[in-house]
Amino acid sequence: MKKDDFKIGKRIIKSRLIVGTGKYKNFKQTADAVKASGAGMVTVAVRRVNILDKRKPILMDYLDPKKIIYLPNTAGCFTSKDALRTLRLAREMGGWKLVKLEVLGDKKTLYPNMIETLKSTEVLVREGFEVMVYSSDDPIIAKKLEDLGASAIMPLASPIGSGRGIKNKLNLSIIVSNAKVPVIIDAGIGTASDATIAMELGCDGVLINTAIAKAKDPIMMATSMKHAVLAGRKSYLAGRIGLQKFGLASSPNKGLI
Amino acid sequence: MAKIQLNGKKVKIQRNLSIKDLIKKYKLKENKIAIELNGTILPKDHYKNKKVKNNDKIEIVQFIGGG
Repeated sequence: MKKDDFKIGKRIIKSRLIVGTGKYKNFKQTADAVKASGAGMVTVAVRRVNILDKRKPILMDYLDPKKIIYLPNTAGCFTSKDALRTLRLAREMGGWKLVKLEVLGDKKTLYPNMIETLKSTEVLVREGFEVMVYSSDDPIIAKKLEDLGASAIMPLASPIGSGRGIKNKLNLSIIVSNAKVPVIIDAGIGTASDATIAMELGCDGVLINTAIAKAKDPIMMATSMKHAVLAGRKSYLAGRIGLQKFGLASSPNKGLI
Repeated sequence: MAKIQLNGKKVKIQRNLSIKDLIKKYKLKENKIAIELNGTILPKDHYKNKKVKNNDKIEIVQFIGGG
């Protein structure tokens, strides 16, 4: 069988499950969950250093960016200007060119503002960034992002942190059919079956944060998500059976006593 | 003393400190942060020679957990 590498640009990522690092109890739990998930890439946010507490532990002490790919995001940015500022700072921090662009539309829905997102994508690609883009599930917008040079399209399954699962399978499968770059479900996954369904639709990967971090047992949920993504991918590659209206017996009638 | 705004807070520091000195003072690691000086990103190779001036607005950022 052909090797089933998960690639973003020229990079091979070791797992199709990407995990967020927010909302955990502490950095130890973050690191344990990331390990249990088997993820090769984690999203991280850019924020001010706490200058009043010089001894505060930092994420990098627990997750070594030399061992796992950091994907800086623009979470909390509502304008193209803020998103660009954030990612330029992320790049300066240590050469991060592979980034996740996310420009939000409003605080209530956390739905992406695609006008600002499209503008930002164009600028970032021009500046040499490899941009993975958080997007609405509109197939035309997704295609436009790809045309602008996005390295991956990341449509939402449902609003960020809502745990509502996949609300528009049809749109997602249209996006997958049209795309030549990886399609990664970002936002809305609530439980393992959601991740499996995303993968069965042919998505290339899934990004999960809240569903793991806020589970009663985040480490166990991380393991569950790892298997869910693997199961969904294999099911997609194996090719599901067709749908029948009526029953089809599994045992042969020949030789029936 | 020089009065600066550091990560949104008013701070007084010694005169003639370089950015590199400032990083040291706050026990930060150069490879784990990025700095914006008066709205412009300051490349790491400028940390040593760039002096902090009165009324400078400095932002020091790092990676934290996020989704």
